[in-house]
Amino acid sequence: MHNSKTVEIIVGLFVALGIAALFMLAMKVSNLSAFSGDGGYVITARFENIGGLKVRSPVTVAGVRVGRISNIGFDNTTYEAVVSMNITGDYNTLPTDTSASIFTAGLLGEQYVSLEPGGDEKYLQQGGEVRLTQSAIVLEQVIGQFLYSQAEGGDK
Amino acid sequence: MVGIIRKLGQWGLGTFERLGRGHIFLYHVLMGIPDVMVRFGLLIQQMLSVGVLSLLIIVVSGLFVGMVLGLQGYNTLVDFGAEQSLGVVVALSLVRELGPVVASLLFAGRAGSALTAEIGLMKSTEQLSGMEMMAVNPIKRVIAPRFLAGFISLPLLATIFTAIGVIGGYFVGVGLLGVDDGAFWSQMQAKVDFSEDIMNGVIKSIVFGFVVTWIAVFEGYDCVPTSEGVSRATTRTVVHSSLAILGLDFVLTALMFGNI
Repeated sequence: MHNSKTVEIIVGLFVALGIAALFMLAMKVSNLSAFSGDGGYVITARFENIGGLKVRSPVTVAGVRVGRISNIGFDNTTYEAVVSMNITGDYNTLPTDTSASIFTAGLLGEQYVSLEPGGDEKYLQQGGEVRLTQSAIVLEQVIGQFLYSQAEGGDK
Repeated sequence: MVGIIRKLGQWGLGTFERLGRGHIFLYHVLMGIPDVMVRFGLLIQQMLSVGVLSLLIIVVSGLFVGMVLGLQGYNTLVDFGAEQSLGVVVALSLVRELGPVVASLLFAGRAGSALTAEIGLMKSTEQLSGMEMMAVNPIKRVIAPRFLAGFISLPLLATIFTAIGVIGGYFVGVGLLGVDDGAFWSQMQAKVDFSEDIMNGVIKSIVFGFVVTWIAVFEGYDCVPTSEGVSRATTRTVVHSSLAILGLDFVLTALMFGNI
């Protein structure tokens, strides 16, 4: 059929092409290059209401993505949501009095946690907890409050 | 009435017998794989005919599937002012579903049918019996290299299909329709996860590769050794592999992404 050396070279090229395609998918299409997952540390925060926050939602500081939500739990005694965040190891200088808020990207976009660094000299370590938290703004509540205040204003 | 029940019983017994033969056959093929490693040239030869020669149809189809996704996705997304998310739409649908599934369907049509026809013809011209006469095990010499070649080739082809598809989507979205270049890639990178999405797609293609090649070589080996039998076996390969791919795809998707 073919010379066996040529066949080997062609098949070698084919396999290399397949691996190159996987490499391209890993580096260019997925987030593997940005977040390897190891070397990070986990901090937790308690929220009264997390709205539509999901596991793998982004965690940002000043709008820059520094990690993602790794787990969402529920505390049976305080009735609060316990959100674990996996922060990339490069960003290990978050002060202990950092505050966390849940925001929405755009009006109807996905929800994310925004961290606001404080002024403490000590930094958050593995397993540290963010104490200052602000719950998600639930759109229905905002609309409800708005309608309520409008109705009140209409009576005067 | 009794005749109908008897027919049903015959059909059931036949089906189970075939299923059993298929599994015993698979066991023998898997046992033959260590011998393929010794005669590596056989595997390389089969990789050429099964994998490399399927490359053209995979690349062309991948490119066009990606381009169509880009075009259709853009038309829908632009109504919501969300055309920046085109990259996410194209990449996720290709990586999770279309890449593995369409590549496997094409593979079943292009390489699976060829494998069945080749092995079936070998059987009907008594080449396989001839090998047995010479104390050469046809499963180890003929079937196992083909099975392994298909099993290795399909994940590679599916990955190439996906990558080319994303490039096709990029070409239409950014090149022709004017979606922002940076937003296209950055939104894609933000939403597509390597272990969750890409690896699951690769796992799908590995499963499909196993099933499609198994069906193809079994149908060839088990065919009625006449020209009509070979033609039937080839048809069955394409039909059964396609059904198996689509059915398994639902099961795998439910397991991976479905939260069932």
